[in-house]
Amino acid sequence: MIHFVLLISRQGKVRLTKWYSPYTQKERSKVIRELSGVILTRGPKLCNFVEWRGYKVVYKRYASLYFCMCVDQEDNELEILEIIHHYVEILDRYFGSVCELDLIFNFHKAYYILDEILIAGELQESSKKTVARLIAAQDSLVETAKEQASSISNIIAQATK
Amino acid sequence: MNPFSSGTRLRDMIRSIRACKTAAEERAVVRKECAAIRAAINENDQDYRHRNLAKLMFIHMLGYPTHFGQMECLKSIASAGFPEKRIGYLGLMLLLDERQEVLMLVTNSLKQDLNHTNQYIVGLALCALGNICSAEMARDLAPEVERLLQFRDPNIRKKAALCSIRIIKKVPDLAENFINPAAALLKEKHHGVLITGIQLVTDLCKVSTEALEFFRKPKCLDGLVKTLRDVVNSPYAPEYDIAGITDPFLHIRLLKLLRVLGQGDADASDCMNDILAQVATKTESNKNAGNAILYECVETIMSIEDNGGLRVLAINILGRFLSNRDNNIRYVALNMLMKAITVDAQAVQRHRATILECVKDLDASIRKRALELVCLLVNESNVKPLTKELIDYLEISDQEFKGDLTAKICSMVEKFSPDKIWYIDQMLKVLSEAGNFVKDEVWHALIVVISNASDLHGYTVRALYRAVQTSIEQESLVRVAIWCIGEYGDMLVNNGGVLNIEDPITVTESDAVDVVEIAIKHHSSDITTKAMAMVALLKLSSRFPSCSERIRDIIVQNKGSLVLELQQRSIEFNSIVEKHQNIRSTLVERMPVLDEATFSGRRAGSLPATVSTSSGTSLNLPNGVAKPAAAPLVDLLDLSSDDAPVPSSSGNDFLQDLLGVDISPASVQPGTSQAPKAGTDVLLDLLSIGSPPVQNNSTPSDILSSSQDNKSSVAKLDGLSPTPSGGAASMIDLLDGFVPNSPKPEDNGPAYPSIVAFESSSLRLTFNFSKPPGNPQTTLIQATFTNLSPNVYTDFVFQAAVPKFLQLHLDPASGNTLPASGNGSITQTLRVTNSQHGKKPLVMRTRIAYKLNNRDVLEEGQINNFPRDL
Repeated sequence: MIHFVLLISRQGKVRLTKWYSPYTQKERSKVIRELSGVILTRGPKLCNFVEWRGYKVVYKRYASLYFCMCVDQEDNELEILEIIHHYVEILDRYFGSVCELDLIFNFHKAYYILDEILIAGELQESSKKTVARLIAAQDSLVETAKEQASSISNIIAQATK
Repeated sequence: MNPFSSGTRLRDMIRSIRACKTAAEERAVVRKECAAIRAAINENDQDYRHRNLAKLMFIHMLGYPTHFGQMECLKSIASAGFPEKRIGYLGLMLLLDERQEVLMLVTNSLKQDLNHTNQYIVGLALCALGNICSAEMARDLAPEVERLLQFRDPNIRKKAALCSIRIIKKVPDLAENFINPAAALLKEKHHGVLITGIQLVTDLCKVSTEALEFFRKPKCLDGLVKTLRDVVNSPYAPEYDIAGITDPFLHIRLLKLLRVLGQGDADASDCMNDILAQVATKTESNKNAGNAILYECVETIMSIEDNGGLRVLAINILGRFLSNRDNNIRYVALNMLMKAITVDAQAVQRHRATILECVKDLDASIRKRALELVCLLVNESNVKPLTKELIDYLEISDQEFKGDLTAKICSMVEKFSPDKIWYIDQMLKVLSEAGNFVKDEVWHALIVVISNASDLHGYTVRALYRAVQTSIEQESLVRVAIWCIGEYGDMLVNNGGVLNIEDPITVTESDAVDVVEIAIKHHSSDITTKAMAMVALLKLSSRFPSCSERIRDIIVQNKGSLVLELQQRSIEFNSIVEKHQNIRSTLVERMPVLDEATFSGRRAGSLPATVSTSSGTSLNLPNGVAKPAAAPLVDLLDLSSDDAPVPSSSGNDFLQDLLGVDISPASVQPGTSQAPKAGTDVLLDLLSIGSPPVQNNSTPSDILSSSQDNKSSVAKLDGLSPTPSGGAASMIDLLDGFVPNSPKPEDNGPAYPSIVAFESSSLRLTFNFSKPPGNPQTTLIQATFTNLSPNVYTDFVFQAAVPKFLQLHLDPASGNTLPASGNGSITQTLRVTNSQHGKKPLVMRTRIAYKLNNRDVLEEGQINNFPRDL
């Protein structure tokens, strides 16, 4: 199973963290510090796996962002690379050629998408189309709720004029 | 309106944080935002709750504390609208984890949402539950999740399946409830449901044997094999296609489940042979997705019950992987070969050359894997070429890799060396290349081996002499070299015991002294090396009388050393060289042969084993008190053999009496070839140049004892065990005078209260304590046994055992019959030496055996209530 997902920028800034196993706040920042030290310093042609505290961290760099997933020793590293790529492709479709800034300002959306791909550290959906559809449906639910709210407040505003 | 709560938009906050040039600026911005959010929380501001939560999450991600927002998440979840719930659940998963008590409060909201009519809200609740639920929540909400496994919308079913995984991992008892609904999921067509369903079944099989039996039945297994066949043969499906393969994720999960089902079940393994062969041969291996499937397939083939043909296929795939240019593929190949080696070692041996190349790879992850694999590949027949390769590589390897590499080479050489001379040769090579990376116990072991190989002493000391000329900066090489030169310096100079294979060299006495002098003066030598060099010099002063003057000069130079230990040695040795010519030669005799068996036994007992598989059974326990059950027994037995009456002190022992040094069992070590006179022996002790106190069973190997604390073991090796300066001074006085003065009355140290060490209805044991003057590590314990029963005890025997950091000596008891009803007692003196004096208190296990009306009685106990600082 995937124990956590990290997105780290090349400068070592954290862009997204998702923890599927319990870590205290202190442990979390220690993990992030340790791993960014290891991963950011690795050369470009090396393999995408780092052995760390009895786990394996699979990482892949996309532009300025490192996508890291920590898995058990016996998990399939190559498959995790595919899962990372799966996530990146879905982000890319959602934002339309995604960049780091998209993920900074819309970090909550990046989380919503991740929640449609992984639950309990396991893969949930292998179809990008399905994920996109589910996210779109929920976004539109939010939009309608907003519209309703603003129309109600308009009505109230008009009524109290 | 509150001036803060007008607030900024999320986007603006992120912008202003990003605009910060320094960490201090960022903190200021965050502080201001947090203040605003708190104010909003206090006012129970509903309009901006959504935005505030989003801000908090961002702040949380930057690493600032956000616990004050946790309740806001719960409120947000409890509100009716989808947008509020969505952000609320996100915050819940981000800001809380399963260990927080607050989480309990959300159980009710979760329950309501799991029954909500809006499927997206149900989805949110399932997602949150799957990611952070605790065992209690799992119990409370399992029925809801179970029901949702049959929900009409497949997207809810798949979420419920993953949520069930979390539940059964938290509460394995619940597994059986999920077996039937999970079996239903396997028949689905929707890939999401199928993937999650298969994953659920896999995890069910891991926690419950009942589930494993259920899914092994042909009814289920055939279905799975058919599903895999369908997906392998399925035509192009754009929705699931990755690199020309339809849904590799589904492939992989099916293969994984087949592995779990086939392991240890020949029938089940048979069912899947065909499809595995098909996957192994038909899958394209030019893209990562295909390789991921092949990798999983190989692992399944290796794990299920034997089928020769399939395994050949699998090993061939790994061979192909190993020669791949992509580092990822090579990494997984090495990884898998480690598992394959238990199945088919011969096949893996074929790839030895390639694996050795991987040890030299640029990539640290690959190197590490390859090195571990090489260590598994070593056997008696290939140890020589493999070691040669690795040692050659040691010269050019990265600094940070040398530590690992040397450790592995050393363990390989130690385990498989065909003869001693080869072992010594290889170790010298390693020490000359990477002596600074070698752990202490490795060179300790080398010294033990050298000491045991009496025909190789001359050869070794000459080889070391040569090696040290070129590699003076390798500390552990220098240590071994000066130890050997000190011991066998004469063989170096007269070319004693020359082997045919050696090139003759001529070394003069002063050349040999040069080496030691360089070591003692070298800037990188630490105190251990210097102290060892000092001892070597003392030994050489006797072996090479012509250099005696020069050696004395070198020794004297350290008289002013800032390090107490060196200063002390310098003064003591100087006085031996100058004034005590007559005893010097006996003092510096060669060390007795070190006992290999004891040393290796100790190592095994007190060090975390180097082989990862056995690390779990290491005896390395934190306080050295709690031992596995067997150990105390052994100790007890050992001790009982020491109980033999001790010869009373002979005339030679006056010094010991004077100094209050523990000498009673100064009877010489059984098995040591030389038996120095008791008097010199104690001198040795005092000067700590040779064997540590010749006391009961554990001695000579003590030198090499690698106790848990590495530092202390080094200290012991060199006899550096700290002596309080007062005591040391008095010894020097005595030595200088060398007259049996009557001891100065000394402070007996603080008095310690007596304790009742053991009390049962029938027996009481009390301890009285005293300290011999000038030796704070040693405690004399007067044990008094009193019989509380109305019957006489006969054949009364008291035994005791202590952890390794203590040394225990039992004097004979005053008798073996204990009169009834407290009308008399037995006394016995115990002498305990605490090597961790001041750090660890005493502790002891006892066993008392006696006969009551001709019936054997045994009473055991542990004594933990010793006064502190004994």
